[in-house]
Amino acid sequence: METNEAQAVFESKLANNEYIEPKDWMPEDYRKHLIRQISQHAHSEVVGMLPEGNWISRAPSLRAKLVLLAKVQDEGGHGLYLYTAAETLGTSRDEMLDALLTGKAKYSSIFNYPTLTWADIGAIGWLVDGAAIMNQVMLQRTSYGPYSRAMIRICKEESFHQRQGYEIMTRMAFGSPEQKDMAQDALNRWWYPSLMMFGPPDTESPNSEKAIKWRIKRETNDQLRQRFVNQTVVQATYLGLKVPDDKLKWNPEKDGYDYSDPDWNEFKNVIKGHGICNRERINARQKAHDNGAWVRAAANAYSQKQNQQSEAA
Amino acid sequence: MTKDTQGPLWEVFVQKKSGQPFVHCGNLHAFDAEMALQNARDLYTRRGEGMSLWVVPSAAITASSPEDRGAFFEPSNDKIFRHPTFYQIPDGIGHM
Ligand SMILES: [Fe+2]
Ligand SMILES: [Fe+2]
Repeated sequence: METNEAQAVFESKLANNEYIEPKDWMPEDYRKHLIRQISQHAHSEVVGMLPEGNWISRAPSLRAKLVLLAKVQDEGGHGLYLYTAAETLGTSRDEMLDALLTGKAKYSSIFNYPTLTWADIGAIGWLVDGAAIMNQVMLQRTSYGPYSRAMIRICKEESFHQRQGYEIMTRMAFGSPEQKDMAQDALNRWWYPSLMMFGPPDTESPNSEKAIKWRIKRETNDQLRQRFVNQTVVQATYLGLKVPDDKLKWNPEKDGYDYSDPDWNEFKNVIKGHGICNRERINARQKAHDNGAWVRAAANAYSQKQNQQSEAA
Repeated sequence: MTKDTQGPLWEVFVQKKSGQPFVHCGNLHAFDAEMALQNARDLYTRRGEGMSLWVVPSAAITASSPEDRGAFFEPSNDKIFRHPTFYQIPDGIGHM
């Protein structure tokens, strides 16, 4: 097929809300954009296990520990669904892991903040998973088939993540005065980093326009951020906690809250690698990868031996 | 030393209930079939998604190619007589 003709087929699929599948022709830019976005998303799921992993051994009850373990295990699975979705575009798991460990690939800036108290685990489930879900619900209808299918699966599993976080927040906010202070402190520290999760403002987001044109994304960063603010304020109010934004005000004209932007310089700095925990996170991943090397080598050697034996027989 | 690797790719199919078809649900990396089955159980059946699994090396799957879609599936489009709605049934003969 001629490239022009193939391009026309591709565009008509987008126009008709059809999905692009791995063997279909696609523009090189589209492929590259997807590999970058999906692998970054996968890295975020995997690195995202670390801040919460910090509290598994210190969870305040057996129930809390079981819930957190199940939640973190889900995130590992999400990473895997996404890595395999990216692999259908012609990259390999090893290449992607290498890009993460050498710092070539990025992951969500939110996971470079530390988890200081148990209330942080509540705030992460409530705010961080809440923001992730908002983005992921939109991505269920993304134009690339394997990405969309991974998102549908992930969204099904995510629904308990935000609830378990909000449950922790509820217990703290309605607990002792010290617990309530911890809950407020967690909200203070996680609010703006959560707003950053939707990415830079639309005016400064060079990739956004293309992503919308290709139907990889269906809504802009600012639209999603606004929806997140609208949805979250009422949940904070129920808890009796204050969103750390003096400019926060209902605006009936836009049917949403006016709110302050996060510090975009801080965002850029964290992305560049200068956040509080960037180094710690990559070191932890590197250590896990190195510690698993002998397991992979042994499993590989065993399967090769099995193959030889079955060939000989 | 051989190169560090995550093992080959496998496709996973899950059967929700006995009697139902096995449906593709995703894929994973594993070094052999046994490991693929165990990983599939841990990844794809954590919430009662099914009680029976198939794993198949991805390399063993042959797929139809999208470019030939038109010609390849054409025989199914022009044979409307394969559908029951093609036939007229007289009134008054009961259910058929
Ligand atoms: Fe996730
Ligand atoms: Fe999650």
